[in-house]
Amino acid sequence: MSKYTEDDLREELKTKEYEYGFYTDIESETFPNGLNEDIIKAISRKKEEPEWMTEWRLEAFKVWQEMEEPDWANVNYEKPDFQAISYYSAPNSKPKYDSLDEVDPELLATFEKLGISLDEQKKLAGVAMDVVVDSVSVATTFKETLAEKGIIFMSISEAIKEHPELVKKYIGTVVPQKDNFYAALNSAVFSDGSFCYIPKGVRCPMELSTYFRINQAGTGQFERTLVIADEGSYVSYLEGCTAPSRDENQLHAAVVELIALEDAEIKYSTVQNWFPGNAEGKGGVFNFVTKRGLCEKNSKISWTQVETGSAVTWKYPSCVLKGDNSVGEFYSIAVTNNFQQADTGTKMIHLGKNTKSTIISKGISAGKSQNSYRGLVQISPRAENARNFSQCDSLLMGNECGAHTFPYIEAKNKTAQIEHEATTSKIGEDQIFYCNQRGIDTEKAIALIVNGFSKEVLNKLPMEFAVEAQKLLEISLEGSVG
Amino acid sequence: MELKEKLVSSFMAFEDTVDVNSPIHDIRTEAIKTFEADGFPTKKQEAWKYTSLNSILKHDYSVFPKHEDALEFKDVKKYFIHDIDSYKIVFIDGKYSSHLSQTTHDGIDVCLMSAALTKPKYRLVIENYFNKIASKDSMSALNTAFSAEGAYIHIPKNKLVEKPIQILHFSTGNEAALMLQPRNLVVVDENAHVQIIERHQSLTENPVLTNSVTEIFTNKRAIVDYYKIQNDRETASLIDNTFIDQKRESLAKVHTFSFGGKITRNNLNFYQNGERIDSTMKGITIIGNKQHVDHNTLVHHIEPNCESHQDYKGIFGDSATGVFNGKVLVEKEAQKTDAFQANNNILLSDKATINTKPQLEIFADDVKCSHGCTIGQLDESAMFYLRSRGIPEKEARGLLMFAFSNNVLDSVKIPEIKNRITKIIANKLGVNIGFDL
Repeated sequence: MSKYTEDDLREELKTKEYEYGFYTDIESETFPNGLNEDIIKAISRKKEEPEWMTEWRLEAFKVWQEMEEPDWANVNYEKPDFQAISYYSAPNSKPKYDSLDEVDPELLATFEKLGISLDEQKKLAGVAMDVVVDSVSVATTFKETLAEKGIIFMSISEAIKEHPELVKKYIGTVVPQKDNFYAALNSAVFSDGSFCYIPKGVRCPMELSTYFRINQAGTGQFERTLVIADEGSYVSYLEGCTAPSRDENQLHAAVVELIALEDAEIKYSTVQNWFPGNAEGKGGVFNFVTKRGLCEKNSKISWTQVETGSAVTWKYPSCVLKGDNSVGEFYSIAVTNNFQQADTGTKMIHLGKNTKSTIISKGISAGKSQNSYRGLVQISPRAENARNFSQCDSLLMGNECGAHTFPYIEAKNKTAQIEHEATTSKIGEDQIFYCNQRGIDTEKAIALIVNGFSKEVLNKLPMEFAVEAQKLLEISLEGSVG
Repeated sequence: MELKEKLVSSFMAFEDTVDVNSPIHDIRTEAIKTFEADGFPTKKQEAWKYTSLNSILKHDYSVFPKHEDALEFKDVKKYFIHDIDSYKIVFIDGKYSSHLSQTTHDGIDVCLMSAALTKPKYRLVIENYFNKIASKDSMSALNTAFSAEGAYIHIPKNKLVEKPIQILHFSTGNEAALMLQPRNLVVVDENAHVQIIERHQSLTENPVLTNSVTEIFTNKRAIVDYYKIQNDRETASLIDNTFIDQKRESLAKVHTFSFGGKITRNNLNFYQNGERIDSTMKGITIIGNKQHVDHNTLVHHIEPNCESHQDYKGIFGDSATGVFNGKVLVEKEAQKTDAFQANNNILLSDKATINTKPQLEIFADDVKCSHGCTIGQLDESAMFYLRSRGIPEKEARGLLMFAFSNNVLDSVKIPEIKNRITKIIANKLGVNIGFDL
């Protein structure tokens, strides 16, 4: 048997095409390209929104017009033309279904290809799916089970209609409309997304999951997610995505807001595998996401992400540790290959006393990709006894890629304890040698090492998701993950 | 008048004092244009995110001090490392003081920039080295525009300089506010070895702003050992720009001891143009009150098999602010690079601030790069241990802080400097460290 070397792996990585690239032909209702107040009003009308929501969107649009697209991130891309994007598209088979049989069979086939047939998911994983194809929810499962517990889990447009008081109270409190360029854009035009409310003292019995897909040519996807965990509650929320192969850049500017009230805990896991562009770096999704969580007293927010897709990623899931004794966590694996660029990391803002945060970030770059960690740890003057631990490790495969670390650490309190460490390395010849020596062939050895490298983060994923994460890692780094 | 306009307009007056026909002057004119276009750096620039110069730019600095003011050696003796024999280049208010200096042309050149820029015998060196590695940022450009005086050190091949060279800048306070722009050039040829000590000292409370540029060239297998002692008054500010170009197998070490000054900004840049180079930068910062120290380092690994070591310790009390912005850049070709960066800090007060940003930018795959950064307090159990053995709290605290910064002192090769720094640290911490090192 010929020896499998790192060069072979590199070769394989280069030639590996996006496996899940396909396109579902569903008739969509799409708005004309461009963005102005009329389009925003039309979106709002289309979604039968109350007036305050329309006003809120228009306010965001005004702010957005005055903002400039940020360029501080360590990524290069052709800036999207925001007037050449259609801001609304919804699958045509509009009415809600009572059973899966009624769903457009082609759509079901799409899910089948992704290995997430709803039936199977229902039976095996006990995961409730709020499936989002393009921008409108077409199937929601397990709603009744959740309803018994008083848990609200629905699309955000439904929530605006059915629970306006909750949405009105919390939307924009963590990520204000004027927070940044993409957040403002999202606030103005968001088409749909998920809404979740866990009442006081309730432990959500299942993992909540949304499946995002971008499906209509030239349609930007503007998701808005709002998760509220009321006092003493617990929820684990999963989000995962794949997108069809396409020769055109697609924009994705999502906003996710998490609110953990006193003693609550939110675990938010993401697996992202949007189309990363082909081997020449053409096409691929632009992923500009604003994710932030607010922690009240004794609460905890944990972000876990596996980022393998997208041509450009610009994403900093953050925690504002406002309440005393609150905890923020961030676990991330970012894999870049070919011409992918990722600038990702987190912000931990310590405001309350005895707040703790942990950051574990693993970057793997191959091909001609650039992978950056950018993080901020900020200790405010009244955050007594704040504690932070950060670790950023990078693994480089090949000498045409880059790994970068930009940690910002700002401490204004003398009782703060902050540790930061970062390493950059490649798979060591001695590590391979050690494995070979014990009868493990090189391919397996590389798999073993990469797996070990990312284990700390993979372990944090909920069981149901870990399998899928593994699957997605395989696509990006096939041959290296066993 | 704003300082920027004042500087730009005084460039014409400056032209009267220098030879405008020399090629150097083309460099100056180019540089003043850069400064005019860019102006002073602001917090909007990433490299100056945590350091604002506004508070020190408002003074009406005199750019051309009138004349040399004689100082007696006994009055300023304490600012020298006086217990060792050394060459000295001393400037008072920016003017050379022959009285306090001890220069040489015996086998090596330890003399003045003004001579090097004008005399024909230095022309070759100046042409080859002057302003070759200084960056084009606005502060360095400003210095280049007004470059006329400073230290000029040239050590020829295979020469081991037996005595250290001390460069001292005194400001007397004859001017209500003074701006100094010394320009130093250090060229160390193959196999040569030199030790240099640099200090800026203000003698009164009148505000002083020093914007210094030092270019250091270490050729093949050369060794440069550079010590910066910064223990100035709280009315004096320093922007120190040091650029070091290293050729293969050379070794450059820079120790920066920052104990005083209003705003101190150290821009320290290493460029490794050859294989098997070793670059070391270490620093101890102990400040209080409203002082501000910003270390901005860059190590540019361009070729394979090189090393770099960074170790900065900081202790910040009162309302002091410490900034560390270290960047390690490893180019694609620089395989087998071994880069290490550490930054450890202790905050003593709730009003003190630390902003640290240790950056790695890596384009090569076969490298060993790591950085570590901590912010914390003194170990309470260690405190308890010392106190249970009868050491008073203050002394125990002092001992622990001294131990914290001690490994930076380990690599100091001149025992007299080590002693002096130990004393300054003890002084700063308000304790008597009763042991010799």
